[in-house]
Amino acid sequence: MSTDHAQRATRCLVAKVGLDGHDRGAHVIARAFRDAGFEVIYSGLHRAPEEIVQAAVQEDVDVLGISILSGAHNTLIPKVIEGLQSYDAFEDTLILVGGIIPEEDKPQLEEAGVDAIFGPGTSIEATVEFVREHAGSE
Amino acid sequence: MADLSEANARLYESLLEGDHAALARVITKIENRTPGYRELLAALHAETGSASVVGVTGSPGTGKSTLVDSLTKQYREAGETVGVIAVDPSSPYTGGSVLGDRIRMGSTAGDMDVFVRSMSARGRLGGLSMATADAVKALDAFGKDRIIVETVGAGQNEVDIVETAETVAVVVQPGSGDDIQLLKAGILEIGDLFVVNKADKDETAGTVADLETMIHMDASPTAGLSTGHHGPSAAEPDPEDGDTGDDSGWTPPVIETVATTGEGVDDLRAALDDHQQYLVDSGEAAGRRRRQAETEIRRLLRTDLGELAEGVLDRRGGIEAVASQVARRETDPYTVVEELVDPLESAVEESLAAESEASEK
Ligand SMILES: Nc1nc2c(ncn2[C@@H]2O[C@H](COP(=O)(O)OP(=O)(O)O)[C@@H](O)[C@H]2O)c(=O)[nH]1
Ligand SMILES: [Mg+2]
Repeated sequence: MSTDHAQRATRCLVAKVGLDGHDRGAHVIARAFRDAGFEVIYSGLHRAPEEIVQAAVQEDVDVLGISILSGAHNTLIPKVIEGLQSYDAFEDTLILVGGIIPEEDKPQLEEAGVDAIFGPGTSIEATVEFVREHAGSE
Repeated sequence: MADLSEANARLYESLLEGDHAALARVITKIENRTPGYRELLAALHAETGSASVVGVTGSPGTGKSTLVDSLTKQYREAGETVGVIAVDPSSPYTGGSVLGDRIRMGSTAGDMDVFVRSMSARGRLGGLSMATADAVKALDAFGKDRIIVETVGAGQNEVDIVETAETVAVVVQPGSGDDIQLLKAGILEIGDLFVVNKADKDETAGTVADLETMIHMDASPTAGLSTGHHGPSAAEPDPEDGDTGDDSGWTPPVIETVATTGEGVDDLRAALDDHQQYLVDSGEAAGRRRRQAETEIRRLLRTDLGELAEGVLDRRGGIEAVASQVARRETDPYTVVEELVDPLESAVEESLAAESEASEK
């Protein structure tokens, strides 16, 4: 019963950017991640990009899940990614975006560094599976 | 200084240079017990000791996180840097958890000089206290002026915040009979000061009065064998470091706050500083530090000796095989343990003998 064996956990920050007040999606994802055995840091509503960067860096998360519905993804998401890069925390963080992202915007976000985009139709299981496969492979 | 791997040496340098991402990664290594984390901590130890470490504890929902946020804001306004460890021990032992303390810590969001880290139980009982104490060391070595540790102070999952903090603030809310029960159940002893938060609520005056009565009962000589605050180590008086084993010179104040508006938080800040000053003036600070080091050494010893024993057990076929033999009455637990410990014991004796021989020469 030693207490000193390595004890890893997949850490995820679930953040909600933008001005819309809907965080049901973020809640659903937070709970699903928890049920999958992940450690979820939930940061609440209306977070500005620099706040998300601060939280992701300090909490040293493996996964950053950004929920966005407001339509401002094309400006907000690249800001978050630039922020992570400035702290040298981009490479080892899996970046997921959830919400309503028009098809034509997706390539641009992926180009910016988003690892996966999950639309409203995506099953939670698929999202969890994606994290299991790709997170924490430093 | 301990031998560091190349990667850890780089992390160590970056942390001391003020790189927040490096600080975060060091804490991750500490949390994960990643091989090499001990060498890192060993190296950091010499750099610690300058931060003031405050523990904030109490039942869920009393407003601890909001209060920490408010306090942090004041420290920042005074130009001090802050590190916060928010521990949620209520998360289950296995499986995941949702850590929500950060939601309440928004008033300084975006300010990197406030470093907030959330921690869950991850199935470690004693281990959580150890990880918390070690994370505080990383923040201290980094150079944070103020370190605040938020923990839930209820039930058996309680993190032993006394092992880490110099000053412990216990937070209750008005009219909470539960909290008063909690205080009776022993948390009264660990409070260096008490905060009645949500003082915008009706029953505040009553709760403050209840608390003050309890504190005075605790402090009065008729209360019997009070070990004083921070107490069960009813150590013998040790005049050398001025630690008399009880803080008779300090009566915990009761402070009213409204964390959501910041009302009363300056009083809290002043009371925290008063207590830290008291620790220095009375010589109690040195005693506390020594007791904390004692706890740490004992815990590491137990951990490592336990691991050694596990290793011996594994060589003998593992606990299951040995237990089956005992269950079948082929042997008994006493003989089993004696056989396991004997080789360890003789190795220790041999090495001690060799040591004393060497020192006689
Ligand atoms: N009325 C009132 N509500 C408060 C006060 N401080 C905190 N709260 C609320 O109490 C709830 C729990 O606060 P939180 O800081 O998360 O408590 P914790 O679980 O002890 O960390 C939140 O809804 C806060 O907004 C206060 O001084 N007055
Ligand atoms: Mg809290």
